[in-house]
Order: sequence, then structure tokens, then C-alpha cells
Amino acid sequence: MTRPIPLAIVDLGYGNIGSIRIAFERLGAMPRLTADPNEIAAADRVVLPGVGAAGFAMTRIAEHGLGDVLRALTRPLLGICLGMQILFERSEEEDTECLGLFEGVVRRLEPGPDRPVPHMGWSRLAVADPACGLADGDYVYFAHSYACDDGPASLARADYGRPIPALVGKDNMIGAQFHPERSGDAGARFLQAFLAS
Amino acid sequence: MPARRIIPCLDVRDGRVVKGVKFRDHRDVGDIVAHALRYRDEGADELVFYDITASAEGRGLDIGWIERIAEVIDIPFAVAGGIRSVDQAAACLEAGADKISINSPALERPELIGEIARAFGCQCVVLGVDSFADGAAYRVQQYTGSVAATRDSGRLTLDWVREATGRGAGEIVLNCMNNDGVRSGYDIAHTAAVIAAVTVPVIASGGAGAPAHFRAAFEAGASGALAATVFHDRILPIPDLKEYLASCGIEMRR
Repeated sequence: MTRPIPLAIVDLGYGNIGSIRIAFERLGAMPRLTADPNEIAAADRVVLPGVGAAGFAMTRIAEHGLGDVLRALTRPLLGICLGMQILFERSEEEDTECLGLFEGVVRRLEPGPDRPVPHMGWSRLAVADPACGLADGDYVYFAHSYACDDGPASLARADYGRPIPALVGKDNMIGAQFHPERSGDAGARFLQAFLAS
Repeated sequence: MPARRIIPCLDVRDGRVVKGVKFRDHRDVGDIVAHALRYRDEGADELVFYDITASAEGRGLDIGWIERIAEVIDIPFAVAGGIRSVDQAAACLEAGADKISINSPALERPELIGEIARAFGCQCVVLGVDSFADGAAYRVQQYTGSVAATRDSGRLTLDWVREATGRGAGEIVLNCMNNDGVRSGYDIAHTAAVIAAVTVPVIASGGAGAPAHFRAAFEAGASGALAATVFHDRILPIPDLKEYLASCGIEMRR
């Protein structure tokens, strides 16, 4: 019988999740990188980072047998960037079926005048629910070409030609389109709130 | 557009920060972690670290200093220098970097851009372009880390940025070599031409010397403005620069 790990970071291979691990370590948490379904199912908290494109991530989730484990979690789950997008029903990126935990589709951002794609940089948030550790007017760092549908689950939004859900929440789940691990003090406040949830 | 980004660029040699003028005569300006922390505290929006000798010497970049930076920094940073494969890019990202900037290796083998973009997403792939005005034409230079190795790539800048973004580059750092290190201002016309040619964010680089130079770059549509000398030598404190730009109506994160 192994003791449940306090914080599991889902490691889908291609270990480009160093910055997330380090951000949690800075806050005193001891994250464990794992793709083991049993460890993830038993963890106190789970972080789902993004790796590659939606299709690649969903393939890896299927290969590791993690789809049902993630859907069945009752403890806090945080999806970051692509890890948030794959919590939705579908993504236009390679027309990928996703986990279906949030209603809505992930659509490509359309470039426009003074609005390059990817949406890359620090955007100002309109925060609907301050319980997330973020405040109205906080700047957080985004780097994405696809965005989720805005809807009742949105807890915070950024404006990028259309309202971009920056934070979505439902039951035990929260998704961040921005990168809290790279969002300075505001990001640290958000991760701290997740650790305390 | 998000807040416009102020991006200090740190040239790295042997794990130390160095600075040259017009890509030569590099002097040691200090410890890499101390610089990274100082810029973070002053309000830099992002950092770029170039291992200036890796490409010209034909070696990959040193992962050790990336980890040291990643441990202390909570803003995004890109690393550049001699990244020639998806495995090398993966090692940099695993060490904690957010983006990979590729320049000479992308010119050697343009397929590399798509390979990294498919593995990690195009937001991870920054194309560094060293553009040199040769008469009326701007041409892309290669192996610019050392004077002896620098050569013309045979490509026109506008053609190259269109091709590279088509292959999956998610951002362009446009370095106008004629202006580099001389603090006479960014090459605004060339920067605007590149912005018009692509739909990805473009970062102006080369020549910043005064707050008005940053303003001109942002008013021309640059998503970010990169500089080294004015920040290293404390000629322009970042908080003062941001205050000036905000007073000009340019959105800044403060």
C-alpha cells in the first residue's frame, strides 16, 4: 500500500513541463511527475499540463489509460493551457475528440489587425470569481492559438477580439488558459489558491 | 493585442552574460541568474537568452544555465543557440524554458521548424532572424554569433519569415543588424514590413537607445521590443520606460 501523493503532474512524455514542476516547488509543494493511472487516481491534487497539439495529447492519454481516470476524479484537477482545452468536448485542432468534462468546443483564434496569432503575452483579466486567487485587472501570461468557447463555466476572461475564457471552473475542476507558472506574482497567487482548495 | 512586451535580451557565453556592439567585441557583464532576477524584479515581461557561440561552434546549448534560470524565474523566457533537433528542444523545455528560438539551424534545415512545432506547439517556436540591409534588399544572415563565421544565407528576409511561419514558427524576433548595439533606434520601416508579411507576433530588435524608439516600434505594430545595452548599462530603467510608454497610450503590464 503506497501513500497517496499530494500533487501529481500528469506526464504524457516529452517532458516540457519543467516550469510547472518548478513553480509548484517554489510554493513548497512536492509535485510528482507521473503517468501511472493508480497514482493519479489516488493523488490529493492533479495537474494536467498541455503537451504538443490536442490530438497528440489525447493519444497519449489513451495510451496511458488515463481518460476514465481523469473523468472520474473527485479531488481537485487543474488543466493548464492545452490541458484546459482537452477538458472540453472537442477541439478544432486536428478535429480531436477531447475529455468532455466541460461543455463546448475549442476553436482556432482568427488573426486580425493588431491581433496576431498565437495570442502571446500578458493580457488583463476580468475576474468573475475572486475565490480563484486572481483579481480584476491582473495581468497573466498567455501563449495559445486555440481557445475554448466562452460560457457559464468562465470564472475569468481576457479579451482577444472575442471573450477568451482565461479560467473555467466546475465541480472539482479548474482550467487555466494562461500559464500560471509564468505569470509572476498573480500566477503564484492562483497556484497557491489551487493548493489550498 | 496583449500588453506590449519589454524584453531584455541576454547574450550568454560560457554561462555568463556578455554584450557586444554590432555582434563583436563581447565583454563580460555578469552572472546570468543575478541578471535574470534583476530584470524580473524590474518588470521585464519576458527574457531571451542567446548562447551566442553555440551555433557558430557547431555545438548544442548548455542545459545547466537554463535550469538555474528556471529555478528563480516566474516570467516566460526563451532560449536560443544551436538547437538542431526535437530532442535538443525537448531538453531545453524540460529544463524549464518556455520557448525555443531557432535561427541558423532553421536556415540549414527549414523542416526543423515544423518538427518542433508539431511536438510542442507553434507557441514554443520562435524564429530569430538576423536581417541585414544590403542596398534596398534585406537579406538574412547566418552564424552571426561570431564575425568570422557570419555569412549571407542567400535568403530575402520577407520570403523567409513567410516560409517559416507557414512551417509553424509562432513568433518572429526580427533583429536588424545594421542598427544593432548602436542605440539609434529600431529599423521601423523594415519591422513594419515584416509585421505586414506575417500573422504571428513580431518582436523588434536591434538599435534601441531611447524610450521614443520603443514607442515607435509599438506604434508600428510590434508585439514586443527587445533590447540589451540600454538595460544592461541601466540607461533605461524598465519601470520608467513603461511609465513613459503607458503615458503615450500604449498598454503596459505594471
